[in-house]
Amino acid sequence: MATATAPATPHEAHAAHPPESFIRHYIFSLDHKMIGKQYYFVTLFMALVGGGLAMLVRAHLAAPEKGILDPGTYLAAATMHGTVMIFFFLTTILTGFFGNFLIPLMIGAGDMAFPFLNMLSFWTFLPSVLILLASFFVPGGPAGNGWTSYAPLSALPQASPGSGLGQTLWLVAIFILMTSSLFGGLNFLTTIINMRARGLSMGRLPLTIWGIFITAILALLSFPVLMSALVMLLLDRTAGTSFFVPAGVLIGGKVVPHAGGEALLWQHLFWFFGHPEVYILILGPMGIVSDVISTFSRKPIFGYTAMVLSMAAIGFLSFLVWGHHMFVSGMNPILGATFTISTMIIAIPSAIKTFNWLTTLWQARIQFSTALLYAVAFVSLFVTGGLSGIFLAASPVDLYFHDTYFVVAHFHFVMASAALFSIFAGTYYWFPKLFGRMMNETLGKIHFVLTFIGIYATFFPMHFLGTHGMSRRLYTPSTYPFLASVQPLDVFISASAFMLGAAQLIFVYNFFASALRGPKAEPNPWHANTLEWTADSPPPHGNWPEPPVVYRWPYDYSVPGAAEDYIPQTVPAAPALAGHAGRAGDGHRGGGS
Amino acid sequence: MPTEFVAPTKTKAAPGRHGGPGGSAGRSNGDGAWPSRAPASSVPANSAALGMAFALVAIAMLFVAFTTTYLGHRQDVGWKQIPLPWILWLDTGILVASSAAVEWGRRRLRSGDTMGFRRALTTGGGLGVAFLAGQLLAWQQLVRQGVYLSSHPHSSFFYLLTGAHGVHLLGGLVAFAVILPRAWRGTYTPPGSVAVNVTSTYWHFLTGLWLYVFIILFWL
Repeated sequence: MATATAPATPHEAHAAHPPESFIRHYIFSLDHKMIGKQYYFVTLFMALVGGGLAMLVRAHLAAPEKGILDPGTYLAAATMHGTVMIFFFLTTILTGFFGNFLIPLMIGAGDMAFPFLNMLSFWTFLPSVLILLASFFVPGGPAGNGWTSYAPLSALPQASPGSGLGQTLWLVAIFILMTSSLFGGLNFLTTIINMRARGLSMGRLPLTIWGIFITAILALLSFPVLMSALVMLLLDRTAGTSFFVPAGVLIGGKVVPHAGGEALLWQHLFWFFGHPEVYILILGPMGIVSDVISTFSRKPIFGYTAMVLSMAAIGFLSFLVWGHHMFVSGMNPILGATFTISTMIIAIPSAIKTFNWLTTLWQARIQFSTALLYAVAFVSLFVTGGLSGIFLAASPVDLYFHDTYFVVAHFHFVMASAALFSIFAGTYYWFPKLFGRMMNETLGKIHFVLTFIGIYATFFPMHFLGTHGMSRRLYTPSTYPFLASVQPLDVFISASAFMLGAAQLIFVYNFFASALRGPKAEPNPWHANTLEWTADSPPPHGNWPEPPVVYRWPYDYSVPGAAEDYIPQTVPAAPALAGHAGRAGDGHRGGGS
Repeated sequence: MPTEFVAPTKTKAAPGRHGGPGGSAGRSNGDGAWPSRAPASSVPANSAALGMAFALVAIAMLFVAFTTTYLGHRQDVGWKQIPLPWILWLDTGILVASSAAVEWGRRRLRSGDTMGFRRALTTGGGLGVAFLAGQLLAWQQLVRQGVYLSSHPHSSFFYLLTGAHGVHLLGGLVAFAVILPRAWRGTYTPPGSVAVNVTSTYWHFLTGLWLYVFIILFWL
């Protein structure tokens, strides 16, 4: 045996933080904060792409008879709007940015457990973005079969223009994105379990971290299921297999040479992934909103344990409800009733969370920062969307509402807008840690008011379109006499959507202007308790000179007898406070005064 | 509610105008978390094992999805079964032997026999390559009988499952390509190394996965 020196682990090498080259610092960075920023910029760009596509769709629907878009382009725009927003904006910013940026900072770690895997995650995400964007420029255009890409339409390249090369690239892009997300997910789980600061038990984790933790578990269990479906669909398209194509499909009068497939299995696999996926888009936001509401209410979050358990319950139930997307697929009515019941049960943990947010706000001295406004508006959107969810969960009602604008209204409230609002709340809240500067609150409030009104004005009338029977992907509503009476509503929705879209430019301006020229931020501008506020703004590579030690939970706001209305997690209980807060670590409970 | 982790005193239950006091006392005393918990500031050795465990969960879910879809297809009328390539029996034996060799090597290292460890690890890796070659021969046998990927659902699932397993096995061989030279250079010393342990965990998982795939394709 020769020299038996164990190789330095990446972490040991990492801890020294030698001066870094430009490429090491800004491009192939191992620092979780830089990787988080990279994710933020790319996903922000994708949000603008997705938003632009929505504007195209709305432009067409405002005057469908003019034919601003041809049918293929219209379907492709709607498909890519959904794909970009769900996969490449919401999913990725919530895990890629908030997960990467916040986990080490909020658990008191210098970096993620696997910094290299973290870098790899971003550098597999980027090709998936490029492949998806490339699909706009191939013959036939991008995928046009809806973000759900139902087979057999999506399995047969000859079936429609939107099912050509664009669909193949769509499958490849999503597959690579899922791989990237899985790298991130197992990194998050390992980091949260193994790298917490001394004293930070799981029961003292901020709810943001709990949200990301449960999200990562859902991703780990559901993304591989979609990946399996993507592989099989890709083989159907390119290798002539028949996983999802039944015998006897006619296209242009010709029978396709496939046999033995089951189209419905695509739906089962897709929604077994798809329902956990929409909770991936809402559990992280729930955590973010909980922390923002608690900080700006200057009150402990109401029902911490109930919050954690209800998130876990929602996560667990998300695997038992996929059938509620398929009530019209001819399923056995008893199975439909089962899915109805399991879906309805989700109302219970959701209501627990909603009431806990409201009770946290109750009788608080609320500081109406932009972040708080977005967090409270999140609760509003979540309730509005959640209530329409109860209609859709009931299978007899869903038979009528399925694939109408009622569904579009529902998920744009409960999942899309709610998640978007939490992203705004989180951005305004953590911006000082991102760039060491404060965002402009005046612009923030103008942006909030316009966005809040814009969201309700855009999506609330869609409920009425839905109850009126307007199908969600309809290209030509003007040709149906029964829809003539709601066409003015479509015009109103489009006008609201344009206002909503334009208002987002305020945010983009505020974001970049504040990042460059905003007033310098102190380490803890919001007087918050969680660990990231004990680091510098912005934190250096490695976050803290010495790892922090945690003595308390993150919600010690307005503790009676304390000098300030907040006590950071790193503050040991001083003897003066012992009557209220007890002495850390001495094992006995400090009771009342 | 904030009171549930809190010392059960009446004052806690009344959140006043200035915000509830709830939670602070109970949290400050912790759930026995500090200082009994081991410091987590440096990376514990089991991060790699934990990360691998999560990766295995994800891979398992991938195959659960493949095989439930497969079982769904099997309900079809007119289901056709492909002939079992005899070489799969040999392959199964090779992979089990490979896993056994790797495990034996890991134990040799633990008991201080570095040379035994190197030989066993090399044998395990070599048998892994042999398994993969055997799988390709199985594909060749089927192709010669006119059974292709797109022939019918069972053949599609056969190529899909063996292919997906093979791709993951290839990943394991990459890991062997990294650790074998290091093993011969003497990087790994008793009682063991994280890299060797994680690789062998992955390898055993792939052996188990192959048995699952083999059984579900031909014997279920």
